[in-house]
Amino acid sequence: MAPATSTRNYQLPFTVRVERRLNVPGWLSPAVSLGAIVVALLLGAVVLALVGGNPWAAYAHIGKAAFGDIGVFSDTLVKATPLMLTGLACAVAFRMKLWNIGAEGQFFVGALCSSAVILSGLVPKDAPRVVAIPVMTVAGVIGGALWGFVPGFLKAKLKVNEIITTLMMNYIAIALVNFFVFAVWSEGGFQMSAMFQKAAWLPRLADYAKQYPIFRGLTTHAGLIIAAIAAVIVWYILYRSLWGYEIRLIGDNPRAAEYAGINITRNTVLVMMTSGALAGLGGMSEIAGVVHRLQTNISPGYGFTGIIIAWLAKLNPIVVIPVSVLFGGLILAGREIQPAGVPRLIQGIILFMLIASEVLLRYQIRIERVGK
Amino acid sequence: MDPIIILQAGVASGTVLLFATIGEIFAERSGVLNLGVEGMMLIGAMTAFSITVSTGNGWLGLLLAMIAAGLLALLHGLVTIHFQADQVVSGLALTFLGTGLSLVFGEGLNKAGAISLLPKFTVPLLSAIPFLGPILFTDQSVLVYIGYAILPLVWFYINRTRPGLHLRAVGENPTAADAMGINVYRLRYFYVFVGGMLAGLAGGTISLAISPGWFSELTTSGQGWIAVGLVIFAQWDPWRAAFGSYAFGALRRVILDIQGPQVLFGFPNPFFYNPYWGFFMQMLPYAFTIVVLLLGSREALRKRLGAPAALGLPYIRGERGV
Repeated sequence: MAPATSTRNYQLPFTVRVERRLNVPGWLSPAVSLGAIVVALLLGAVVLALVGGNPWAAYAHIGKAAFGDIGVFSDTLVKATPLMLTGLACAVAFRMKLWNIGAEGQFFVGALCSSAVILSGLVPKDAPRVVAIPVMTVAGVIGGALWGFVPGFLKAKLKVNEIITTLMMNYIAIALVNFFVFAVWSEGGFQMSAMFQKAAWLPRLADYAKQYPIFRGLTTHAGLIIAAIAAVIVWYILYRSLWGYEIRLIGDNPRAAEYAGINITRNTVLVMMTSGALAGLGGMSEIAGVVHRLQTNISPGYGFTGIIIAWLAKLNPIVVIPVSVLFGGLILAGREIQPAGVPRLIQGIILFMLIASEVLLRYQIRIERVGK
Repeated sequence: MDPIIILQAGVASGTVLLFATIGEIFAERSGVLNLGVEGMMLIGAMTAFSITVSTGNGWLGLLLAMIAAGLLALLHGLVTIHFQADQVVSGLALTFLGTGLSLVFGEGLNKAGAISLLPKFTVPLLSAIPFLGPILFTDQSVLVYIGYAILPLVWFYINRTRPGLHLRAVGENPTAADAMGINVYRLRYFYVFVGGMLAGLAGGTISLAISPGWFSELTTSGQGWIAVGLVIFAQWDPWRAAFGSYAFGALRRVILDIQGPQVLFGFPNPFFYNPYWGFFMQMLPYAFTIVVLLLGSREALRKRLGAPAALGLPYIRGERGV
């Protein structure tokens, strides 16, 4: 509550005090987050009921269609894979208080560049997978990093607000992908390119159904492994390396970081590029693992959901993984729910509840008997 | 490609950005950064259109659009002013929430059909002014004229009145303002609400006057974010905001119109219904926003201008402020 210590006496036999917490018990933060999600889902239910839907049926449907059996869970993991990478992208940047809202655009450019190496013939049609996939990965990473470099450079050198530039770069990236899809690589005038050769596909679990029959029909692809490795690397960088220490110090106290001789300009550019690279890797994984061609509408807002995921995970790269799985389920099952805006609405309410609930970590409410 | 027609239409579509930018200037001048303009505009556009479809009264639609967006903004106010949440994240949450709410409540509205729009008219004497008359005062929506009217009022209010002084004080130095007996919390809530109402008006202006109808997220297509960028370019000044808004409106119009004629300045028009160039034309407003932001930032660095000193910071009574 706003006044640091306020005592209100309502002529009751007790007073309610709101005061600053001096130390936060370890269990409180996850408990508050969980509570916020529960409240958010309840509020979402109210809105659903208002527009004439049956919220409990909708939630039950999301649960069943996302986590009901191994087949749908595999599809949930497919949706979670790009979310992990965009979530990591946001977590890295937010840790330095760099507001990269452009993971969506970086995702699209990553997808564009990794498609370009295949569609332009840079990777020959008969190249084996061990060549095609690494080249695509590098291309996607470079594309995303470049898209992050522009706002990072503008921020570092000219103090241009990165929130607006990254957001504008999203619209530009999507138009750019549309241009290439329609004008350059269109397959018979449709809004998609030709299918990539098999060597440019990330392996799926279903590919191993011969050896392991249980994998039959499972679409989970190797992008999940890439994302998990990326999460561990990002965690190591942020919490175990000198660079990560610099990033966290700049995020917590830029003035102290500057006095300590940390180069904020260089770190701004580097972190923005790293963030873009992770999102671009997400685009590559989606193209090589799911779509297998370049097309429009490759993302139902993965870059934006990444923001919520990063915040819910408290910017911890490892926690990003399970949170992404939850949101992957929401996106997967949400596609079939009418009206179409429901998943977006629930995401918005969750983020709102989450940041509103953080006040409980800073303040505590004490009820005391009068005259004590 | 008649320049008069382009500028005339540009002023009309710039009015949307004008309302949204002025609203954000109010909120930011009081020290609260509200990035949720896009979401509030969508709520406004959806509410205005939906109410007008069901009641037939565009003014009622506009009023309720402003109230709906204002209430949404108060949510941001509560979370950032009293709960001291990060204003950036809360603004993003507001965008998600506003977009989601407007999509859910606007379901099926795209098939609602035609509505009677807010009136358009020509101002008798002023429209006879050469050049400016046909652009500014001929066959414009009533909302465009409202835009002209509030502009000097807003400038006067912020810079020449006592409440305007309080507004600036709260955004520059809330601790001092508080010591002077100004209620920092109440003023910030008020201006966040005003900002939301103007964003709602901007949304309603789209759906009832400029490009009538409800096209889900495409209704605003990022104009809320452009408005946030324009506030920085405008250095929190309403006149510069108006210049930027109308210029952007004209740019949007040029992009549409340049694809029309076969011959341009005596040469074959390379943009003539060329769908491939069209994608690059679509990028222009967004690329231009970055350029404008760049220019604004450079000027701010050179002239040592800056944002309101307390922008983005929560005010906690009794603790050391800025």
